[in-house]
Amino acid sequence: MSDQHTQHIQLAEESIQKQTTTLNLGPTHPATHGIFENVLEIDGEKVLSATQNLGYIHRAFEKIAERRPYGQIQPLTDRLNYCSAPINNIGWQTTVEKLLGLKMPKRVDYLRVMLMEFARIADHLVCNSVVAVDTGALTPFTYVFQIRERIYEIYEAICGARLTTNIGRIGGFERNLTDDCWNKVHALMADLPKALKEFETLLNRNRIFMDRCIGAGPISAERALNYGFTGPNLRATGVDYDVRVHTPYCSYEDFDFEIPVGSKGDVYDRFMVRNDEMWQSYRIIQQAIEKIKDLDPSVYHADVPAYYLPEKKEVYTKMEALIYHFKIVMGEIDIKAGEVYHAVEGGNGELGFYLVSDGGRTPFRLHFRRPCFIYYQAYPEMIKDGLLSDAVIALSSLNVIAGELDA
Amino acid sequence: MTNEYIQQVLSDKFGTAVWGFEETFEIFSFNMKPEMNMLVLNFLYAEEGLAFQFMTDLTATHYPDRKDEELNIVYHLHNLVANKRIRVRASVPVAQPDIATATTLFSAANWMERETYDFYGVNFTGHPNLVRILNVDEMNYFPMRKEYPMEDPTRTDKDDEMFGRG
Repeated sequence: MSDQHTQHIQLAEESIQKQTTTLNLGPTHPATHGIFENVLEIDGEKVLSATQNLGYIHRAFEKIAERRPYGQIQPLTDRLNYCSAPINNIGWQTTVEKLLGLKMPKRVDYLRVMLMEFARIADHLVCNSVVAVDTGALTPFTYVFQIRERIYEIYEAICGARLTTNIGRIGGFERNLTDDCWNKVHALMADLPKALKEFETLLNRNRIFMDRCIGAGPISAERALNYGFTGPNLRATGVDYDVRVHTPYCSYEDFDFEIPVGSKGDVYDRFMVRNDEMWQSYRIIQQAIEKIKDLDPSVYHADVPAYYLPEKKEVYTKMEALIYHFKIVMGEIDIKAGEVYHAVEGGNGELGFYLVSDGGRTPFRLHFRRPCFIYYQAYPEMIKDGLLSDAVIALSSLNVIAGELDA
Repeated sequence: MTNEYIQQVLSDKFGTAVWGFEETFEIFSFNMKPEMNMLVLNFLYAEEGLAFQFMTDLTATHYPDRKDEELNIVYHLHNLVANKRIRVRASVPVAQPDIATATTLFSAANWMERETYDFYGVNFTGHPNLVRILNVDEMNYFPMRKEYPMEDPTRTDKDDEMFGRG
């Protein structure tokens, strides 16, 4: 065997004498919540340094996207942050719509907003309840997963899928929301405040939980900005940057909501920011439902036949619809040449799509700005000189999703 | 902060080293000489009235047809206070893809540059740890370059020729 294949099992000379311990946290440790590795150097319980290895589930989405028609790229985006797949889907749709210059009807925008906020609640519920699990409290996790399940049922009622949703299409939704779906939405909205309140009661002022979280894994606003933090993790440091407010998309400018911010950027602040964001999302959904009530209930897509799949019965009976159907399915729609950067506020922060089109049937270049990938770099700095148990909750409070990390 | 202002300040400072100012899809963009990249980024960062102090994204694109400027490195910067985004591009030849690292200014650039190196082979000089990040260490090529086509070898029916675009 060559040196290259044996070197990783040979112990370094100094490793026999050294006073510290090397600990592999991951790649498949339950506390990492995803397939990525941290090699920690610890002295007793104190973390001295961390080395991160990633790429375990790299699936070359950017390369695959260069060979796929625009409509077929959407399923790839599901698999980025799979805890809030609808946000990724809608982010991709709005990116292409920006390139094509399509304007969505208000009802489509509001439906998208409603869906994205449900996705945000689902994402934050997972993150926050997992922080609690890592501090030793399993109960809140089992409680809120009932709510997450009901959000997934709403996805299911809209698009038939639960986790990797592929929800909506370029130009609108694939079908209108059914009455059954609306019943699920209203029932969930009626129960959500109680469930969130219950979750808060279990944790927010829980002495044990507070002692574990306050001061763990902190980062200053300056460092967070320098590290390119976005989303709840940046807001926990006190910076009120939110893509929904700064660069509104999907008519977010029509909604009234607040941006919760923290001050210390520690685990507790991140937890509280996510918790408050769920209440703001609840507010946004309420407003969206009110706004949708006043709009024509039959509208669920833009009138853009060249880009939006026609109804099946029209495909069978109308020549024009058949042509459009063929062109869209085969990926032969007219795409402009251009260079677009479009961002949405994902569960973890600014999810950006950098798209270069040369006018061909596939993107010339597509790059995903994955918030996880960028802020996870700061992890060694955040846990340095802290306790090992703090490192674990710092990791879960950052909400690093392996799918988004590796793309 | 208007586009004209940014263009004026940069042209005054760097002359012909920056060019191609245009706004596409709500983002003002321009090109710069690759050897000037850190001078321009530092100026954009520190100059009062510009203050582009947040690095949103750093990536590259491969244009095989552009002789001696095949690799196009793209920086997306953001002034969060004025809420202004800009895009800065620098092209390097694929034979000698050297450009100075931005890690001296932005910690965020560390992994983004490693990713760009991993997929395009851009050599960010001065980077503290320029090794592959997502691909395996043993890989000896840069997979996102256009000479490695992503295709299904069994399909012959969906090439551009068929649709009059050949």
